Amino acid sequence: MPEIKVTPLGAGQDVGRSCILVSIAGKNVMLDCGMHMGYNDDRRFPDFSYITQNGRLTDFLDCVIISHFHLDHCGALPYFSEMVGYDGPIYMSHPTKAICPILLEDYRKITVDKKGETNFFTSQMIKDCMKKVVAVHLHQTVQVDEELEIKAYYAGHVLGAAMFQIKVGCESVVYTGDYNMTPDRHLGAAWIDKCRPDLLITESTYATTIRDSKRCRERDFLKKVHETVERGGKVLIPVFALGRAQELCILLETFWERMNLKAPIYFSTGLTEKANHYYKLFITWTNQKIRKTFVQRNMFEFKHIKAFDRAFADNPGPMVVFATPGMLHAGQSLQIFRKWAGNEKNMVIMPGYCVQGTVGHKILSGQRKLEMEGRQILEVKMQVEYMSFSAHADAKGIMQLIRQAEPRNVLLVHGEAKKMEFLRQKIEQEFHVSCFMPANGETTTILTNPSIPVDISLGLLKRETAIGAAPDAKKPKLMHGTLLMKDNSFRLVSPEQALKELGLAEHQLRFTCRVHIQDPRKEHETVLRVYNHLKGILKDYSVQHLPDGSITVESILIQATAHSEDQGTKVLLVSWTYQDEELGSYLTSLLKKGLPQSTP
Amino acid sequence: MLDCGLDMTSTLNFLPLPLVQSPRLSKLPGWVLKDGSMFLDKELKECSGHVFVDSVPEFCLPETELLDLSTVDVILISNYHCMMALPYITEYTGFTGTVYATEPTVQIGRLLMEELVNSIERVPKAQSASMWKNKEVQRLLPAPLKDAVEVSMWRKCYTMPEVNAALSKIQLVGYSQKIELFGAVQVTPLSSGYALGSSNWIIQSHYEKVSYVSGSSLLTTHPQPMDQASLKNSDVLILTGLTQIPTANPDGMVGEFCSNLAMTVRNGGNVLVPCYPSGVIYDLLECLYQYIDSAGLSNVPFYFISPVANSSLEFSQIFAEWLCHNKQTKVYLPEPPFPHAELIQTNKLKHYPSIHGDFSNDFKQPCVVFTGHPSLRFGDVVHFMELWGKSSLNTVIFTEPDFSYLDALAPYQPLAMKCVYCPIDTRLNFIQVSKLLKEVQPLHVVCPEQYTQPPPTQSHRTDLMIDCQPPAMSYRRAEVLTLPYKRRYEKIEIMPDLADSLVPLEIKPGISLATVSAVLHTKDNKHLPPKPPQPPASKKRKRVSDDVPEGKSLKPLLSGSIPMDQFVQTLEKHGFSDVKVEDTAKGHIVLLQEAETLIQLEEDSTHIICDNDEPLRVKLRDLVLKFLQKF
Repeated sequence: MPEIKVTPLGAGQDVGRSCILVSIAGKNVMLDCGMHMGYNDDRRFPDFSYITQNGRLTDFLDCVIISHFHLDHCGALPYFSEMVGYDGPIYMSHPTKAICPILLEDYRKITVDKKGETNFFTSQMIKDCMKKVVAVHLHQTVQVDEELEIKAYYAGHVLGAAMFQIKVGCESVVYTGDYNMTPDRHLGAAWIDKCRPDLLITESTYATTIRDSKRCRERDFLKKVHETVERGGKVLIPVFALGRAQELCILLETFWERMNLKAPIYFSTGLTEKANHYYKLFITWTNQKIRKTFVQRNMFEFKHIKAFDRAFADNPGPMVVFATPGMLHAGQSLQIFRKWAGNEKNMVIMPGYCVQGTVGHKILSGQRKLEMEGRQILEVKMQVEYMSFSAHADAKGIMQLIRQAEPRNVLLVHGEAKKMEFLRQKIEQEFHVSCFMPANGETTTILTNPSIPVDISLGLLKRETAIGAAPDAKKPKLMHGTLLMKDNSFRLVSPEQALKELGLAEHQLRFTCRVHIQDPRKEHETVLRVYNHLKGILKDYSVQHLPDGSITVESILIQATAHSEDQGTKVLLVSWTYQDEELGSYLTSLLKKGLPQSTP
Repeated sequence: MLDCGLDMTSTLNFLPLPLVQSPRLSKLPGWVLKDGSMFLDKELKECSGHVFVDSVPEFCLPETELLDLSTVDVILISNYHCMMALPYITEYTGFTGTVYATEPTVQIGRLLMEELVNSIERVPKAQSASMWKNKEVQRLLPAPLKDAVEVSMWRKCYTMPEVNAALSKIQLVGYSQKIELFGAVQVTPLSSGYALGSSNWIIQSHYEKVSYVSGSSLLTTHPQPMDQASLKNSDVLILTGLTQIPTANPDGMVGEFCSNLAMTVRNGGNVLVPCYPSGVIYDLLECLYQYIDSAGLSNVPFYFISPVANSSLEFSQIFAEWLCHNKQTKVYLPEPPFPHAELIQTNKLKHYPSIHGDFSNDFKQPCVVFTGHPSLRFGDVVHFMELWGKSSLNTVIFTEPDFSYLDALAPYQPLAMKCVYCPIDTRLNFIQVSKLLKEVQPLHVVCPEQYTQPPPTQSHRTDLMIDCQPPAMSYRRAEVLTLPYKRRYEKIEIMPDLADSLVPLEIKPGISLATVSAVLHTKDNKHLPPKPPQPPASKKRKRVSDDVPEGKSLKPLLSGSIPMDQFVQTLEKHGFSDVKVEDTAKGHIVLLQEAETLIQLEEDSTHIICDNDEPLRVKLRDLVLKFLQKF
């Protein structure tokens, strides 16, 4: 029985270092190649030795697909391709291809230059890795090889995020990456057609959350920022340079404009301007409204938001600062946090998910005394707010996507085990499909039951359709044909054609029965009576009286002769072929019962 | 329906629409019939020996009478020039189907339509001439009016609401996207290399493939290169949209364009470039970007005037995914893919929606002006022709190949201004076509009649025609062409449970067969996986032999022959003790004496003659069937 095998090397019952192996119809595909923000040791990258112990990865993998530019989905890519060694194709969308190397370089700098790690990938390796990338368009069907094809769908989430369909013959898998089912201020909603994959691999970050309306959250966010600024406090918003940052910038920019606020807004990284430039050039990937108005007003040119300088952090008075990274695990956002944490007038707003082990995760779970480097204890007096702006689908969105795609099986990744378990039950209940949630390194096998494609001769197809003859096209038709199997090709043809192609002659099997009928009339009158009788009963059949005195019912021949001895008895010869067996048999038994007394 | 273009050469028969009252045009004398009758002098004006219609310009539509457009399910658009008739079709013909096009095609197509509507609507013309269209009258007119075809079908320009309604019927598609149409065929757009988002289309079923190649280019300009590989194995290749100027080399023309431009400006003259707001203009600006500094033109202002100039320049920068590799990689830096962004930043290129407003304040001469429409009948270009036409210092350079430049200039004669003709048409020429056909090897080529013979003006140039084997089949306006191939197979899928129920039999080495009896469902033109016939439901009462058999039950065909001796043995085994065999000319007759039954056995037939004993007949039937193969 054909099967699809799935093994998460990362993101199995976990968020971080997404990396999932899929084997489908003899093809091996690796989905995403991420790093884990929570670890600094070997565990930060997926264990690629699982794929193959001694062979080359290139020989084993047919292709690698990257869903979007977040590091937990692409952070291990240069390590994988250049240090472990993979030379096959890597597929991603155009914006991902553009932005991914910048984030990788950023990550490399923090790790090597700031933390002083050696044995890490180099800038050159990032460049060499990106040379192996093939950029794909949305909805383009990319033929990886003769059998394997992939197709990208819009996923929302961040600029260039895509879901991928992987298809071999009739079997298919859809991998969502991270996605968002509700449009936001700068991106559209994820969309997929009813492609009915054998398996849908979906993220489940917000497996148990059902978020209230986006508008409420936005109002809430603006209110909190506004209040803090009004009372002279400073607001820190840790973000990743690309993605949520742009959405929140658009939000604050329009609010500042409307309320005529004067407090400065800063964006902490040199990436910003560059980032906004990417949004301008890839505007076709943003939402409809921005796309429609960009000629008149480009939403990514901000008036109120200025570049941040390190020295500004000590300035008196209110301000709002967007700083990277988003989970407060390193870099500028952490520095500013340490400066401002002691003042209860200030506020930190965490707009996204934080991985376990990061400072962000600690303060969100209520910890107020943090141990920093050098055993120093940092007391957090500032207000800590969490607002879910990360653009992941919530439980409702995940269910909606399943409804859209109609998969035969679902597999959950990129979430926490407990929450997954809850969602798993819900999915199985509502959709009656199997739902899996393998841990890292655990293989899930899904049996598929693919149909066998067969060539049907148009002659047979048309004939069978014609016999149904009814204009009612929806009525199922009985089809009879011969399946010829030769050198792995399957052709369904009419029996006549099969005989002809094989050079065989048809063997005709014919039956003839004599039926005696008591009728003193002349022969041709008897025939006429038989004809009328049959015509009356066999309404759906073609009954004909031929000039030579015989009767045909379809291809069955009936002839009458007088009995050689008894003139009052007529002999009917009924003759039919095996193909008319049922009708012939029926006719003889019918005629044996004799003719009705008076002919109508 | 493949494409939906508009024939705009009809506008050449009309007088230009000036933006500001032109004394010259308004003083043109009315045209008078040879016999002196004056009744047409209001509608027709004479200028330098040519006669023009003084009316709102009209366009020649695609043929709409030949077929009922409500029966058209789908329109495939190949590039933005080939969709200009869309509002006429979607809004006025009963067409209710879907239009497919790529995103750049739609966006830039919208700009072209917007410019067209705008330049015609902002010059309201009181007069709409129709008398000259009367067949009796048209017959008397001088050429080319006399020979204009289908004048009664010519239409005025559509309006913006009509454009919006038409564009809303378009479904956006991407290159190499497979689109299922009604389950019957699959269509796929491929890059054609001619313009932003321009496509060739593949229309295919499982066994047939038709390629529609329209407006393709093998030259490296700004769009993504042409996808040739996917055109291979076509049964039929429909070829159209070849270059209009097969004798001109686009690269040479660009060089000539630059040098003429530089010469005029150095002599203190102005340069006018009538053009469309998108397409070749991007390449020209890129050339000038590299050229102006070396030619010492850095201080000469370049103006791009069109209601959609800004949009066109902006849109060109956001379609990176549809651009050639070089431009694509620029976006990764991130830098705008086209250098005209820099020309704008450094104020070398300025764009304006029209000559009114800011332009009149900034206007400095000598300068270079890019503006539309290339027909010189409407748009801001009319103003510059009137303004600069009298001075021989100025030059008008024609780059768009769609209109004959002499015809375009006719209503402006006599003209002192220099005229340079540098048509830049990057579409396939005949040498490239034969290369392409050799490469993709279609079984049949179908093309317009014009391509199968040399151009009428150069009848000796047999190299200017399509040369392929078998010869291309040609078509003409309103002609029906039957394509020479026959469909023989379709694909269906067999469900696993049906497959399990089949019993394959090896007939010859390597060839097995199985008889399949199944219920076939047809839905959305797809033949759904056949299922094994269901046994009659138990609820249904058992059929009594009195009932007429329902429908036709299908019995397999038989093949093989019956070995005499074994058959007799079998009969004896089943209790027939009085079997008697007689030889005949073609075989044998087996007699069952007691049962008064006779079986004729021949090579390819068996005949059972049995009276009055149905169970016996059935028993004999089954014995015979055991020896035969079923199909």
